[in-house]
Amino acid sequence: MRDQSAEKRVVLEARSIGKQVSSPEGTLTILSDVSFQILAGESVAVVGPSGAGKSTLLALLAGLDLPSSGSVLLNGNNLSELDEDGRALVRADSVGFVFQSFHLVPSLNALENVMLPLELAGQTDARNTAREIIGKVGLSERWSHYPAQLSGGEKQRVAIARAFATEPAVLFADEPTGNLDSRTGANIMELMFELNRSSATTLVLVTHDSGLAGRCDRILELDAGRLRSDHRTTA
Amino acid sequence: MKALLFAFRSFGRELRSGEVLVLLTAVGLAVAALTAVGFLTDRIGKAVARQANEVLAADLRLRSQEPIPEQWSALARDYNLQTAETLFFPSVVFAGDASALAGIKVVGANYPLRGAVRVADRMFGEQRVVDGIPAPGEVWADGALLARIDADVGDTLGVGELDLVVTAILTYRPDQSIGFASLAPSLMMNIEDIPRSGLIGEGSRVSYALLVAGEENDVAAFNAAIEPQLPEALRIRSQEESSERAYNAADRAQRFLSLTAVISLLLSAVAVAMSARRFAHRRMDTVALMKSLGATQKFVISVALVQLILLGVLGILAGSVIGYAAEEVLSRILADLLAGDLPEPGMRPVLLASVSAMVLLLGFALPSLIQLRNTPPLRVLRHDAMPPAPSRLLVAGMSLAAVALLLYRSVGDPVMLAILIGGIIVIAAALYLVGRGLVALIGRARSGVGVAWRYGLANVARRGRDSAVQVVAFGLGLTVLLLLTLVRTDLLEGWRTTLDEDAPNHFMINIQPDEVDDVAALFAENGVAPPTFTPMVRARMTTINGESVKERSYPNEDGRWLANREANLSWTAELSSSNELLEGEWWPAGYDGPPLVSIEEESATNAGISIGDRMTFVVAGQEVAAEVASIRKVNWDSFQPNFFIVLSPGALDDMPTTYISSMKIEAGQQSVLVDLVRAHPTISVIDLNAILQQVRGIIEKASLAVQAVFVFTLAAGIAVLFAAVQSTIDERRFESAMLRALGARRRTVVAGVMAEFAALGLAAGILASAGASVLAALVAIRVFQLPYTFSPMLWLVGIAAGVFVVCVSGYFAARGAVNAAPADVLRGAAG
Repeated sequence: MRDQSAEKRVVLEARSIGKQVSSPEGTLTILSDVSFQILAGESVAVVGPSGAGKSTLLALLAGLDLPSSGSVLLNGNNLSELDEDGRALVRADSVGFVFQSFHLVPSLNALENVMLPLELAGQTDARNTAREIIGKVGLSERWSHYPAQLSGGEKQRVAIARAFATEPAVLFADEPTGNLDSRTGANIMELMFELNRSSATTLVLVTHDSGLAGRCDRILELDAGRLRSDHRTTA
Repeated sequence: MKALLFAFRSFGRELRSGEVLVLLTAVGLAVAALTAVGFLTDRIGKAVARQANEVLAADLRLRSQEPIPEQWSALARDYNLQTAETLFFPSVVFAGDASALAGIKVVGANYPLRGAVRVADRMFGEQRVVDGIPAPGEVWADGALLARIDADVGDTLGVGELDLVVTAILTYRPDQSIGFASLAPSLMMNIEDIPRSGLIGEGSRVSYALLVAGEENDVAAFNAAIEPQLPEALRIRSQEESSERAYNAADRAQRFLSLTAVISLLLSAVAVAMSARRFAHRRMDTVALMKSLGATQKFVISVALVQLILLGVLGILAGSVIGYAAEEVLSRILADLLAGDLPEPGMRPVLLASVSAMVLLLGFALPSLIQLRNTPPLRVLRHDAMPPAPSRLLVAGMSLAAVALLLYRSVGDPVMLAILIGGIIVIAAALYLVGRGLVALIGRARSGVGVAWRYGLANVARRGRDSAVQVVAFGLGLTVLLLLTLVRTDLLEGWRTTLDEDAPNHFMINIQPDEVDDVAALFAENGVAPPTFTPMVRARMTTINGESVKERSYPNEDGRWLANREANLSWTAELSSSNELLEGEWWPAGYDGPPLVSIEEESATNAGISIGDRMTFVVAGQEVAAEVASIRKVNWDSFQPNFFIVLSPGALDDMPTTYISSMKIEAGQQSVLVDLVRAHPTISVIDLNAILQQVRGIIEKASLAVQAVFVFTLAAGIAVLFAAVQSTIDERRFESAMLRALGARRRTVVAGVMAEFAALGLAAGILASAGASVLAALVAIRVFQLPYTFSPMLWLVGIAAGVFVVCVSGYFAARGAVNAAPADVLRGAAG
């Protein structure tokens, strides 16, 4: 299914990005001079100890926040040059998210949660597309349930269905198994890699789990806000 | 469009989650209070408008205290106008031994010229319009009058020297008083019976009227022709003037009630503002998520706005239904105080209330919502990422603008509005400071109490600002209810007990000079102490220090009214025991010099009259001039006959005089009154007890109605409490889970929460009791001129009610937080 030419294309690029925040103790540097390129279809794990700046990096790459220096290019768009709504449109067009704490809209049922990004992106046949994808994550029987009526694993399946629904160019996953027991977590990751393979999506995965990281094509290792290593896995 | 779809889709779920219930309740309450009052005033307004058109039963009415000369009706007929004569005076009506004071409406042929009289064939029977008037020998009586004397259709009533048969129940006449019915129910009789009745004597208090109606041009021509020739005593009134007065009265009532409703509205606004903060806060996560999924600011704000409007619509629907039901109750409470039946209300109040509620909702909730669009999408990763707080200027500006817009309708005058808003801000700030003070005091108490109380009191102190707002909102509702219940009865009771046990309980008016000896003899024969007879001469004040009373300027309007109305003068040699000399000197015994006059203190102040001023009066065409010799204070509560203006002996000799008197009639002596009125039908006997009782009845019913409106105020106070608890529910949930994880029993956690509410209730109760006491003291001293006595009952009830209601409502508001499973909460199980 993979398109060889697409694999060559740079879909996400960090150009010497840095992030400082002011705190009572003075200016705090969270990220400093981080640069890399990610090609379409790659799966990349971001690893590092707590406080290394993994989540901040994810936020900057997805345009949820802006770097203090340097720039991020997402699918050819320089995020620093866009306003908040502009970045939102880029996300609607090319980004999907899976979060540690699922982040489903509690007032919408499973199907409606999956429909949400499709509708935001202006898709006309959102309901059918959502039904199809919710079947792929194995929840076709439970589509009408509200988040409160679903288990943790089921919630994360809905979140994954939602993330893949728009066939985004890049899927960001922030500790997707962090709130799940290990068995459910393993099932969820299986599903994610499976969908990643079948839809040519680029995957950026923030994790503590070295086993999980090892299943990605490439590992970026952060330490104290700096990129310590960037290497391909042997897998 | 997408936003609309999304908003609708998730709205049902939001509703079911109960999250928005408080916001909904606050909006509903505001609408309910406004519609209830709106419906009621609309109905009264319509009744007034309906009556205003026929309030004269004519196009033009000439009225005088003396018979209207035949020449005027002849003149009217010359102008092709229809005429009818009416008389109106108070008189006692008998049925067997029972008697009651009635307003006797005497009508001649052609009455009414405009509008129609309605009667029923039996009490509470179906009413019908009648053409014509009671036949000679017959009367139509008000149902209330018949009830009072235990008579019915077909019975014979004694009116003056006549025995007249009741042939119908009078349910409506066009020129009956508007709005609140007059104290004496009316009786309608034929003018042809008057000469034989012995009811009209010299100096009787009769109001004569000539009704005139016809083509508009003819009426105008007639009006123009007679205007310059009218004598002083003849008053002319056209429909426009009457309608204007009626409208003004209704308008004032409406404004008062609207202001009452506005208090509920303002409290609801506080609840709306508080729960909107929560409404916005709860949406923050969803908004951050939607933004991370690519939603624009416009989308986010549209969704929130659509949901807010949906909420408003729901609140309006619910509030309108409650308001309509409440109005039904209100109009029933007021039913027998309002003359005539009320027309069905229109839909206008609903419209007005709906617009007001939307203004309120948008003004108080929108600033929080607008801020939602600035929620950083980063919040999906870092939960502490928050939008900047809405600018205080924006919040204050929008809230104030909303309040100004809402109040403007009730006040209708920019200057008054500015004063009112200024007043509200000052009072709110003062109350808030008091609330903070109470909260701070409570916070201090916590070192000396057990763990549950310490936890509860610490919470009150920690949420100092919100606690103060709750105390004030709730305390305000409670203050008003305390005032209307306890204080009202206390004051009325207090006033009644200060009345002298031996104070007269009956008045006699209209005693002719030649009847005085007879009446005194009659009392003596029946073992009743003969009363003192005080002379009374009807006059008109013409000049003060040579200046016409019409053109003179007065310190205030009461003064102008006093100088221009018909004056009752009296004379006496000695200062009455119920009077106290303040300034000047009382005329010496046996004084026989030029006329001197003594003025009552308040009248003197209002009319700007002082010692040495010269006043002239006209009595039956004769001028009397007198110099002001003294100023008196009058104790009106003595129920002795008293006068604003008293002259020296001799000044009013040979003027047409009647006498008035007051006396104490003991329970077994009432038959003397029957004999008295039978023998002297022109003398009117007024039973003060009956009037006091009626006045009390009216006050009770009116305050019951106001109380009903203020129940909304209390409910709005409770809504504020709920909103405040809701806005801290996450915090509470976490704390309660924490405490239980640390080993606290559920009971201890509940006790802590209850301690918090008990403390809030205590503070609200103290505030309410203090507020009600201060207001009660003001009313007692200013209005009733009573020394205010501290009422421990007021404080007891106020504080108990505060603690009880806040605890109960607080428990219901917070129980969700206490009942949550600690594990779920601490794990932070999110959606």
